[in-house]
Amino acid sequence: MFESLSHLVLQQYWWIIVSLLGSLLVFLMFVQGGQTLLGSIARDQTERSMLVNALGRKWEFTFTTLVTFGGAFFASFPLFYSSSFGGAYWVWTLILFAFIIQAVSYEFRTKAGNFLGQKTYEAFLFVNGLLGTILIGTAVGTFFTGSSFSLNNMNQVSWEGPARGLEAALNVQNLALGLAVFFLARVLATLYFINTIDDANIFARSKKQLLINSVPFLVFFLFFLIRLMFLNGFAYNPDTKLVVLEKFKYLHNFLEMPLVLVMLLIGVVGVLYGIGSSLLKSRYTSGIWFAGAGTVLTVLSLFLIAGFNHTAFYPSSFDLQSSLTIENASSSKFTLTAMSYVSLMVPFVLAYIWYAWWLMNKKKITREEMTTEEHLY
Amino acid sequence: MLASIDLTPLVDWSRAQFALTAMYHWLFVPLTLGITWIIAMMETIYVKTGDPEWKKLTKFWMKLFGINFAIGVATGIIMEFEFGTNWSNYSWFVGDIFGAPLAIEGIMAFFMESTFIAVMFFGWNKVSKKFHLASSWLVAIGANLSALWILVANAWMQNPVGTSFNPETARNEMTNFWDVLFSPVAVNKFLHTITSGMVLASIFVIGVSAWFLLRKKESRMAMRSITVASVFGLLASVSLALTGDGSAKQIAEVQPMKLSAMEGLYNGKTEAGLVAFGILNGKEKREAGDAFALKIEMPKLLSWMAYGDPKHFVAGVNDFTKGNASQGIMSIPEKVKNGKIARQTLTDFKNAKAAGNLVRADSLKAMFSDKAFIDGNFKYFGYSFEDDVNYYVPNVPLTFYSFHIMVILGFGFMVFFALFLFFSARGELPQRTFWLKLAPWIIPLAYVASEAGWIVAELGRQPWTIQDLLPTVAAVTKLDTGSVMVTFFLFAVTFTVLAIAEVNIMLKAIKNGTKNEGGTK
Repeated sequence: MFESLSHLVLQQYWWIIVSLLGSLLVFLMFVQGGQTLLGSIARDQTERSMLVNALGRKWEFTFTTLVTFGGAFFASFPLFYSSSFGGAYWVWTLILFAFIIQAVSYEFRTKAGNFLGQKTYEAFLFVNGLLGTILIGTAVGTFFTGSSFSLNNMNQVSWEGPARGLEAALNVQNLALGLAVFFLARVLATLYFINTIDDANIFARSKKQLLINSVPFLVFFLFFLIRLMFLNGFAYNPDTKLVVLEKFKYLHNFLEMPLVLVMLLIGVVGVLYGIGSSLLKSRYTSGIWFAGAGTVLTVLSLFLIAGFNHTAFYPSSFDLQSSLTIENASSSKFTLTAMSYVSLMVPFVLAYIWYAWWLMNKKKITREEMTTEEHLY
Repeated sequence: MLASIDLTPLVDWSRAQFALTAMYHWLFVPLTLGITWIIAMMETIYVKTGDPEWKKLTKFWMKLFGINFAIGVATGIIMEFEFGTNWSNYSWFVGDIFGAPLAIEGIMAFFMESTFIAVMFFGWNKVSKKFHLASSWLVAIGANLSALWILVANAWMQNPVGTSFNPETARNEMTNFWDVLFSPVAVNKFLHTITSGMVLASIFVIGVSAWFLLRKKESRMAMRSITVASVFGLLASVSLALTGDGSAKQIAEVQPMKLSAMEGLYNGKTEAGLVAFGILNGKEKREAGDAFALKIEMPKLLSWMAYGDPKHFVAGVNDFTKGNASQGIMSIPEKVKNGKIARQTLTDFKNAKAAGNLVRADSLKAMFSDKAFIDGNFKYFGYSFEDDVNYYVPNVPLTFYSFHIMVILGFGFMVFFALFLFFSARGELPQRTFWLKLAPWIIPLAYVASEAGWIVAELGRQPWTIQDLLPTVAAVTKLDTGSVMVTFFLFAVTFTVLAIAEVNIMLKAIKNGTKNEGGTK
């Protein structure tokens, strides 16, 4: 079935899959956003526990999606994996560190003998929420602004500059995306709390935080998006493969791929509808689904304009011709074909995740559950 | 490919970081691999019998599993990305093959594990009994599937099959997925590793239960746990020995230098004996052929175990370094020479292409598809990076002692399980205080054996990241050594602190016993 497809079509197929995983990851980072809101929403220990347990039953989805995103990127575009991870060493190491300290924090937080104390584990969760979102957003920002690296004729990376990737945070465009992701994660977290926790106080305070975080999210996101439309983009010639800077490249990509533009518009409307309805309707709890689906569509459209329409998805601002495209960075046709068969499992995986999620969320989290449930974080 | 600067400190620190993170990760994974099966079995008995005591028991072990699992995840994420951050040349050179198992691991195993773990821990009152039981089994399957895929990747590094080199992209590319998946090395490695996890988990369960029995607490729960774990452990340890034997045969075939190091064999011989116990001499004496200050050897057994023939020749370290024409073994200097021709051909191809000399480029490229060139030169590509013969000899004492510690302990565990099963069957467990006192002390030995196994597999293959194709010196990311030192200590401190917390929490949870586990139907 997949054998008959051309290498280019397989590369496009895998760019869509990687983009979809990236988009789901951004949605699932509501867990990270929520971890930065514990102090703002909870007023007592029980409320804090309700929030932590609401997030704690989902954190592994985010974590697993991040790991799978990394694995799928490695399998399908190994030159990105080797160039970016090896090159932007400090950014990726810090991101990893932020996730290492998260992984133990839920389980260890309230356990007797946890050595560091509850506050330290909550601080770990906060650091994960802050660094994880901002740094991942900033790193994805370099898909549009470029990084300082070059590749030799054996495709081995040399990074220019001692900061090994941290310099990306100094770029206003990258930083705007990082902060937009951070505030979006917090927005999604408030919507998730509204949906999952049955408690009037948490409901009211989540709504307040929703408003507080929606404003900076929209400011940073719109700044990023509007500025992106005016940026020079990294285009390559499909025949000669030469990379050149093209004015308004990302605007062109939206206009030349109207389906992707529609995806962006529906996505943005979805996010706004989720936020707006939750703010305006007094008992509305389903905002997370609209904002979540909107997030996935919006991020997906951004990934697609980064890699499709003859655009270098991981450009080098130091040496244009070292820029990575879905054509020069991908795995062989054989590997992409084999992996495409594996990708047929994805709908099945999504189905059981959805089923388990639905089963586990049928009953909302209540104050009472914090005293009767035997396994608590 | 290599700059003229000395990369040794960078390679050493990068290796140290990988060893640190992998060995920490491997402290926590085996228990997860094994105990998930034991939990699923206990829950099955609960569902079949309806006896709430079994539910309590299931929940108690599940609680300990949860504590261990969290830190396994924490130490695991770094492994997934470290190939890129610290071994980026490796990641490109073999990413076309190596990336696939990692991605499949995520799609097939990690999601299964994480989805159903949530049901396992929080679903007792939310889903049906049968769905919960199915979730527990799926967690065990998911955990072990993740081991399958990462071990397929690891086995491929030890024995690169199903691949060919593409000079255009300067990397190896997959040509046969099934060869990679069903490579005998992969199959053996997977079975040996998961059974080692089962053995460790069984020892853990018996050790903890023995502690309860001695204190006359939770006696019913402890005796039931010992019965399940000793049966499971005995079966697993027999499989562990069989797959270990299989692994040794594979190593003899694909990594004979590693086998020499494991046995401290310097001068190869026919009718080679197996060293059951030995103390090695210093390097000079060893290289002169006097390897042992003291040894107990079982005649002919090594030849028989490695090749199924007691008269078979088993090569030693010196046969590889100096060559042994009568046995058809090429010396390392010859391999270096042949490897350099392969690498020069690649460089010439790149230069010809850059110069626009397409005719020459095409003829050079064609050489990489020529069987004689592949077998005579490209097969030794990795030897082109270093001339020093000693570079290609792994750390023999470390490999030898680790291997022997692992094997001796492995057989000891078999006896341990058999004894506990015997006591359990005769209903004598509470009276066997000597063995009950001993059992908790066997738990650290299980971890020692497990880590020793990692050392044999990974240090015994040095200097190769990919056997014969890519040594560590050519695989490493060109970072400044200071950065890697900083991250080494960052991870060392973090993992040590988290490990202390984990052990502390685990001990407290054990002391609490099952009193917080609701056992209602």
